[in-house]
Amino acid sequence: MKVTVNGAPTDVGDDATVATLVAARAGGHDRVAVARNGDVVPRSSWAGTRLTPGDHLEVLAPTAGG
Amino acid sequence: MSVPEVVSALHHEESADPLLLGGETFTSRLLLGTGGAPSLESLERAIRASGTQLVTVALRRVEASSSGAMLEVLDRCGVRLLPNTAGCRTAREAVLTARLAREAFDTAWVKLEVIGDEHTLLPDPIELFDAAEQLVAEGFTVLAYTSDDPVLGRRLADAGCAAVMPLGSPIGSGLGIRNPHNIALLRDAVSVPVVLDAGIGTASDAALAMELGCDAVLLASAVTRARDPERMALAMRHGVEAGRLARGAGRIPRRWHAEASTQMSGLPEL
Repeated sequence: MKVTVNGAPTDVGDDATVATLVAARAGGHDRVAVARNGDVVPRSSWAGTRLTPGDHLEVLAPTAGG
Repeated sequence: MSVPEVVSALHHEESADPLLLGGETFTSRLLLGTGGAPSLESLERAIRASGTQLVTVALRRVEASSSGAMLEVLDRCGVRLLPNTAGCRTAREAVLTARLAREAFDTAWVKLEVIGDEHTLLPDPIELFDAAEQLVAEGFTVLAYTSDDPVLGRRLADAGCAAVMPLGSPIGSGLGIRNPHNIALLRDAVSVPVVLDAGIGTASDAALAMELGCDAVLLASAVTRARDPERMALAMRHGVEAGRLARGAGRIPRRWHAEASTQMSGLPEL
């Protein structure tokens, strides 16, 4: 199905979840956060949150900043 | 004294006068931002030289984020992380970013930054206040980056912010404290910690902030973009401590004319 991840159109499998997306896009990263359609998806919900067509996802990780 | 002896003496002074912030105790009154460092190695040396215990970090899209190596450096330095909402322009964005940061960093502490202008990076007071109220209600420990307006500072403190953080001058400008009178007025207006945040350029700016009554100083560019960040970080550590000691020492008043320090009696006729 087609979703948008970090501003870019992306194809994901029909049974994709937030957890599979994070593993694919931020696998090596510690301290990741995900927003789906403007709402925070808690880490505890990643595996249980299936993606749906047209979802807008933001996958974020720490960076330097003041 | 050798450098280790100087740092040891500083540590003794710092330990005797801890900072109470957000329910935690800190011996260092210098907070450091991680933005702008030329390398991780430079950042690590600057953090260690500064003696800081609280360091700000941001969240960005994963492909634009730092590698895990930055977090390893921060973990190794043993500093507490303070996520910021840098880049947010509305209360909605800032609240969402804070919630995301709480998930990512597992902390309810947040440096709340809501920007009203792209060139000056000055805060938008209306969006800022709105976001502060919402985040306090959600149980966040909010350290609010604000202007040097004492009225806004008091409103933020009354709304439950754990600290009010007025700017000295625009972020990264190095212009120091443009309105020391307002900083002093703001300090008098609130009973929560006041952290001078933004615009610090050199050690004397940090010392002035403490002399004006601030409880701590937050700076990034002054150190990370200095020619020698480690040396400037050490200078800032001294500056903050010097300003704090001077504040506690009860300075002499400013006089229009002179007051001789040498007695006039016993003056010979020559």
